[in-house]
Amino acid sequence: MTPVHLTVSVLAFAAASALPAMARDQIQITGSSTVLPYATIVAEAFGENFDFPSPVVEGGGSGAGRKKLCEGVGETTVDIANSSSRISQSDIDLCAKNGVAEVMEVRFGYDGIVFASDVNGADFALTPADVYNALAARVAKDGALADNATAQWVDVNAGLPAQAILAYIPGTKHGTREVFDVKVLEAGCKDSGAYDLFLAAAEGADDKEKDGNAKKACIELRKDGKSVDIDGDYTETLARLDADKNAVGIFGLSFYQNNTDKLKVATMSGVVPSVESIASGDYPVSRPLYFYVKKAHIGVIPGLKEYIEFFVSDDMAGPEGPLAEYGLVSDPELAATQAAVAAETPMGPLE
Amino acid sequence: MTDLSVSLPQARPSLLAPSARMRRRNAAERRFRLYGLAAIAVSLAILAIMLATILRDGVSSFTQARLSFPVTLPAEVLDPKGNRDPAEMGKVTTIGYGKVLTAAFLAELERRGIAEDGVGAKKVAELISKDAPGTLRARVLADPALIGGTIDASVFASGRIDGYLKGRVTLESAERDSNISPGQLRLAQKLVEAGMLTSGFNWSFLTNPDASDQRPEAAGLGVAILGSLYMMVLVLIMCVPVGIAASIYLEEFAPKNRWTDAIEVNISNLAAVPSIVYGILGLAIFINFAGLPQSSSLVGALVLSLMTLPTIIIATRAAIRAVPPSIRDAALGVGASKMQTVFHHVLPLAMPGILTGTILGLASALGETAPLLLIGMVAFVDNYPAAPPEGILDPATALPVQVYSWASRSDPAFIERSNGAIIVLLVFLVAMNVAAILLRRRFERRW
Repeated sequence: MTPVHLTVSVLAFAAASALPAMARDQIQITGSSTVLPYATIVAEAFGENFDFPSPVVEGGGSGAGRKKLCEGVGETTVDIANSSSRISQSDIDLCAKNGVAEVMEVRFGYDGIVFASDVNGADFALTPADVYNALAARVAKDGALADNATAQWVDVNAGLPAQAILAYIPGTKHGTREVFDVKVLEAGCKDSGAYDLFLAAAEGADDKEKDGNAKKACIELRKDGKSVDIDGDYTETLARLDADKNAVGIFGLSFYQNNTDKLKVATMSGVVPSVESIASGDYPVSRPLYFYVKKAHIGVIPGLKEYIEFFVSDDMAGPEGPLAEYGLVSDPELAATQAAVAAETPMGPLE
Repeated sequence: MTDLSVSLPQARPSLLAPSARMRRRNAAERRFRLYGLAAIAVSLAILAIMLATILRDGVSSFTQARLSFPVTLPAEVLDPKGNRDPAEMGKVTTIGYGKVLTAAFLAELERRGIAEDGVGAKKVAELISKDAPGTLRARVLADPALIGGTIDASVFASGRIDGYLKGRVTLESAERDSNISPGQLRLAQKLVEAGMLTSGFNWSFLTNPDASDQRPEAAGLGVAILGSLYMMVLVLIMCVPVGIAASIYLEEFAPKNRWTDAIEVNISNLAAVPSIVYGILGLAIFINFAGLPQSSSLVGALVLSLMTLPTIIIATRAAIRAVPPSIRDAALGVGASKMQTVFHHVLPLAMPGILTGTILGLASALGETAPLLLIGMVAFVDNYPAAPPEGILDPATALPVQVYSWASRSDPAFIERSNGAIIVLLVFLVAMNVAAILLRRRFERRW
């Protein structure tokens, strides 16, 4: 550290101590960028209707948000972590280590993941097996595993357009990718028979390990440039589709619903993705959305309890509420969530 | 004889007719000048293309469509207890006010006889921005006497209608758009003809706070401009005294030895450190260790100060060094102390250079996003920070941050806003750079 830096740090501390120590009066929220638009809609309405200031909502990713939540208890730590995937055991352990004893898990709805292409392009009617055979590194061919050599969608399935395969999929840091891996690639792997071949070839001490290795092989994607990871957000995928009209991209349902004039959605196993088809469970590629609340902060940070109650209320998260209008698939068990929030029930161990 | 004829020197080349070598050299020089011109042309063209795209996509964010119609405020809905107590009236949420607005809008359309086939009451209500009920509620709560009467409301039209007036949304694109129908656009056209839907300069773009994805029309730069302003003032307060004191000591007083050399090299290195590193440092020191509040302009300013300080020190030292030694010698010669020499003579003469360096350092700090990402300033902040000094601890965002967060929103209307924010940012940057040039022109002295 140079003397200059030292001076600045000293100044900073002096400035900090000179100001009155003030309690934080707005809620701090961080986490998933998929949940971010929903959280901002609620935060804005909360600020309008309650005498508390609007919460400050940050994006940055589900995993990063949960880690921040588990950093500890106190006013400099966040109150709520939004998450598009469920909390993991390692996060819970981290929380426990840092003194965050009780965390409330709130599931407020579902989000669909859709395949879409340029609005003037060909129609796609996909199945998980088609996607698997088009994008996976190794596929089942004539009863044996072979490197994926398909060049056009029509090679995969005669019903698909004769168009070069090019897919933009979310990068591995996104919660969306996890759902894509499990609900599309793994399902397609099993449907196409590749899973059985992987399992037969898998190494491992017991069946469970073999199963794990086979699944890992299932989600491996081809590396010849036909499947491209997008680390940015959906706007980047949309820009790529705009530049290459032949490509297919993966989006969240709400993003697609806000850009229906530019995108054409693909059906999955014959089902058109929509709020209704996801709520009924017909559309297979969907995931629950959560937020996690640090229970120790309820009653300390003003408005925290009111905010989470407002979030899961019928006026917000209900089927007629603004979140559903934006693309959230309302949770059929919302009443149970409301009761759990009112009773401040902390989450139990992961089953 | 034959020998002689062979050894005769060839005719000397004329000075007027260039030799082959001369021609090659001249051609090389011409080519070099052309390369230079081409390089300048390319950079100018890139700049022009960038500015043109930003202006093309962003200028429209400075106009905004508004709907004007009279709204009757029914007392039995908005103040069920009838005591005009704001605490009681606060129980009526924006949903209640939304219904009042919709009813008033429909009534006005009926009175004027404006209708469109296939556009029912719900579709008509969608023309009004979702921001409108909140604005109306705030207005009524601030002045309960309005209840029972009729007011002239001027509210935002929804983002898609705004896009229609700006040409971003067309009847053709509305066919495929799930958020707007061609019928709604035809109705909007009728409203324009009736004078209820007008487009005007969008002050709220500069004053409103950020808005959620559902109401791009209400999103503004108010919090970001305030946050940037707070940070720039704080950076100025923290950097200028420290930077000038450090520079004066290093230039005028410090002995030249290994230590000062090391410090000098370190300062130059610090100026080249990527800004994200300062963000990581700020998170560790100011938030995790010192416990300052996240997302606050104070922490942002501290981080940006760390980043700007080396630039300011380097500029200040250069300005002090440019003051000729004869000035110092003369001052010392008539008996001034070392300190008097510095403060009475060297510093005033170096001031234009110091000012220029400081303003340029501030301008680069103004455009910085990366370090703010780590200290929680890339966030949705809906409340204005309070007036200083307490306000510097309140959450705020900054102009470049707003550009970034709007560019990643799903609604296309935010892309327009993002470009509009770039224009505002560029205006500030150009103003600062022009100020730096003017100050230099005005006060600079040459020896």
